[in-house]
Amino acid sequence: MSPSPSPGPAALLRVARGGDRRAVARLITLVERGGDTALEIAGLLPAADDAGHVIGITGAPGAGKSSLTGRLLACLADAGRTPAVLAVDPSSPLTGGAILGDRVRMDGFAAGAFVRSMATRGQQGGLAFAVPATTRLLAHLGFDPVIVETTGVGQVEVDIASAADTTVLVTSPGWGDAVQANKAGLLELADVLVVNKADRPGARDARRDLELMLDLGHISGLEARAGRRPEIVLTVATTGDGVPELLAAADAHRASLAAGDGLVARRRRGRRLELAATLERSLRALVDTAMDTPAGRRVLADVEAGTMSPADACAVLLAGMGPQPPRGA
Amino acid sequence: MTGAPPRIVLAKLGFDGHDRGLKIVARILRDAGMEVVYLGLRQTPEGVAAVAEQEDADAVGISMHNASHLTLGPAMVEALRALGLATPVVVGGIVPADDAETLRAAGVAAVLGPGASAPEVVAAVRRVAVPDDG
Repeated sequence: MSPSPSPGPAALLRVARGGDRRAVARLITLVERGGDTALEIAGLLPAADDAGHVIGITGAPGAGKSSLTGRLLACLADAGRTPAVLAVDPSSPLTGGAILGDRVRMDGFAAGAFVRSMATRGQQGGLAFAVPATTRLLAHLGFDPVIVETTGVGQVEVDIASAADTTVLVTSPGWGDAVQANKAGLLELADVLVVNKADRPGARDARRDLELMLDLGHISGLEARAGRRPEIVLTVATTGDGVPELLAAADAHRASLAAGDGLVARRRRGRRLELAATLERSLRALVDTAMDTPAGRRVLADVEAGTMSPADACAVLLAGMGPQPPRGA
Repeated sequence: MTGAPPRIVLAKLGFDGHDRGLKIVARILRDAGMEVVYLGLRQTPEGVAAVAEQEDADAVGISMHNASHLTLGPAMVEALRALGLATPVVVGGIVPADDAETLRAAGVAAVLGPGASAPEVVAAVRRVAVPDDG
């Protein structure tokens, strides 16, 4: 199969604006591959605006994120909206391969929606590097909302809170007790809390523990700083129970952000994190390059053999990389 | 940037519950460094084609164990072409050697019969699934 010469990003974007899904898919591939073409596409999109709604769905593996997302798609279709989903699954650290299995759970609900699977390709934090650029593209093309489903996460994968306008954290009965709920991390960043599998024993306990956590946030002053107490919604993704309420809670959160300067603040924070991620990526590339020089390989061999400390090796490598940051970091 | 992993959509078409083979193939391709969009059981050619379009897939793999490969194999190819997609189709499963020729004549890019080894599966998919660099 020899494809005809590919149209450039500007032509693709024109066609994609007309609703051509093949062009949308192609643009996402180019954004995902990065490099100059991805920058060119980013440059074609309008500068910061407050259009669209990016909803992040996050939670532990098996909590029901994909099934809930599927039910949300059905709800959104009923409401006459055209959503897009970006479903992130992990890449293998060994081979770079991935099994992107989120669509299986959305089977039968995704008609009319644009659903794209994305592998993390080495990125930590529960998202892929290309997620912010891709959500901007999809929102620009009129998909509303754009739902980002993270990989299954633990307590510290918090990138979604900067990449989304509304972060939905999905828990399920038995996920942990009140002590777990009060640990720092992802829980304190959620805008909507979901207890999924609410038909199972323990759902009321899970809800109580989350309420208690929010009560303590009220006492400690966190709630006042956030300006809002997250809503708790009970859902059963297998039947769809509670899913309209979840959508209403997410929409209400978007509306409350837009009523003040919350939306602008969030998107500013998102762009700040994107800059940091881009910088880290560039620095990592520099590190990889430095390690792959003859001097780098020599130092690496010494460190592997235990005859040189990582700190000394670091100083040697930094000395070969140009201007010196302060030592001892 | 070059070196992006090939993206492969895997599915079973029609009324056919034998998905163990497809799961094994998904794992083989993952461990060969490919990105596998796994759709699982009871899909339609039109549904899989729509997914291949959204996922910008480099190949579609379908696994057949219910003797409907001569119907659904060509139907898969046609569903993709109807969307204007040149995406190559690989058919795996219980496919007699004579039928493999018929499938290839109908536009199927590769056929992997019973007993195909992991390296054979990877080689066949790599041969047809070339991410275009446009």
